[in-house]
Amino acid sequence: MAFLEIDNLSKHFFRLSALNRVSLGVEPGELLGIIGPNGSGKTTLFNCITGVLSPSDGQVRFRGEDITGRSADAVYRRGIARTFQLIQLFPEMTVMENLLVAAQEKKGTLLSRLLHREEAEATARAVALLEFLGIAGLTANLASNLSYGQQKLLDFGMALMSDPQLILLDEPMAGVNPTMIKNLVGHILELNARGYTFVVIEHNMEVVMSLCRRIVVLSQGERIAEGTPAEIADNPLVLDAYFGR
Amino acid sequence: MTRGRLSLVALLALAVALSLVLDQYKLYVVSLTLVYVILAIGLNLTLGYAGQISLCHAAFMSFGSYAVAILGQRGVAFEVGLVVGVAIAFAWGLVLGFPALKVKHHYLAMVTLGFNIIVFLVLRNWESLTGGSFGISNVARPAWGPISFKSDRAFYLYILAWAAIVVASAYWILTSRWGRAFRAIRENEMRAEVVGVNIMNYKLMAFAIGAAYAGMGGALFAPLLGYIDPGAFTLDRSIQFLMMVVLGGLGRFEGPVIGALVVTVLPEVLRGSEGLYLIIYALAVILMMLFMPKGLVTLWDLAWRSSRSTTSPSTSSASPR
Repeated sequence: MAFLEIDNLSKHFFRLSALNRVSLGVEPGELLGIIGPNGSGKTTLFNCITGVLSPSDGQVRFRGEDITGRSADAVYRRGIARTFQLIQLFPEMTVMENLLVAAQEKKGTLLSRLLHREEAEATARAVALLEFLGIAGLTANLASNLSYGQQKLLDFGMALMSDPQLILLDEPMAGVNPTMIKNLVGHILELNARGYTFVVIEHNMEVVMSLCRRIVVLSQGERIAEGTPAEIADNPLVLDAYFGR
Repeated sequence: MTRGRLSLVALLALAVALSLVLDQYKLYVVSLTLVYVILAIGLNLTLGYAGQISLCHAAFMSFGSYAVAILGQRGVAFEVGLVVGVAIAFAWGLVLGFPALKVKHHYLAMVTLGFNIIVFLVLRNWESLTGGSFGISNVARPAWGPISFKSDRAFYLYILAWAAIVVASAYWILTSRWGRAFRAIRENEMRAEVVGVNIMNYKLMAFAIGAAYAGMGGALFAPLLGYIDPGAFTLDRSIQFLMMVVLGGLGRFEGPVIGALVVTVLPEVLRGSEGLYLIIYALAVILMMLFMPKGLVTLWDLAWRSSRSTTSPSTSSASPR
């Protein structure tokens, strides 16, 4: 049984079919890449897995449990975290607060969150994460005052705060400078070695090839290929999808 | 001592001292301001912190006012009426939270505006209970056996005690994880949901708690004036609360106190200028919004920073912003 199983997932927006009967499995500890031209349904796939969108048809199972159509907060509490292609932060809150929000809802009840104020554990985790990401000096800054690269790192840090079992990264390298890309690739590989499972959407082929041992290709909402980086690079269907016949 | 606590203690001492020196009329204006502070704190929680627009704060307020007035007529103790009023307001706040799950921004404004109008019409037409347009007069002030709060000075101190409880409890809620979740929803609802924040729970709570404070303010408002009628709870009044919160500083803890003070006291100060006072008042509001879009709390920040700059460079705020 796969860790994450996606079974014939479809999403239609009126008559436009953004995802069409896509199936794939993610193994525990894997680092799976998803590529495809713009508009091929990659982000829609993430949105359907994480409950941001409700799929029109098909099933998503996480560790054997059917999570299809669950709300985003319920999916998160089950251990799936994500980042966004367009960075999504809480701009008028500090870096520390951004991270603490991402950790506070996982355990306990609504009432316990009002009555118990102890947060030493989460704060320590946030500090350690900021150090790991190399932005430890920014704790008290408002998120809106960070540079683009720093915001990208914070977005990534938020995904790690709840110690998730599966992390979905939506174009983590887009708009990031080469030095930072090297850093991020290092962070992802290190976390993967520690046992975190990743699914990464990425346009930067060099990055995908260096990160992932297995790649799934989407085109126009359908899964057109799967294989090792070398297999994908030689697959004529993939070249067609990107460059046209 | 932190900035928040220091200013709170100073404010409380000042408020107690005021009761000894002010004449009856000024005491009334300050009492009314305190009641409005309670109401504005409620709206600031719903709108300023959680980002949910509400134009029916006066309707929530009316539940408190009518609860103490109606129960008071039947000889029920004031505090019981207050608790009943707060509970009704809380319950209706929960109900009004549900549309907020579906609609946002100006659409939510329309929904809450409609609710205020409905409540107004019910208050005016349910004559057997509310006295209709004539309202209810001689709303009794609280009394504990031999201790009575009937005099203006005593009732002022009574209101002050409730205001202190409201400030403390709002501070406690807003510095908890709830406060953080409220702000996260205001800042980016989708992101909040994706990091596990249950939008429904928190939105309902933001509405219900804000409404409960309004109910409490309403319960104190009725015996302060001694007379209530539906005209006191119109949309105009709701917009007045909106103005207090926006003028003071949305989502800033000190905001409602400053806003309530200005909106209540400024018209009284300007009353001497006869017919001109509404024009001057409106102009002052426009200018404040032009030059201090983040509210009058900006001035307060500046004053605090300049008084602090000589002693320490850090200006970390203790208030939950």
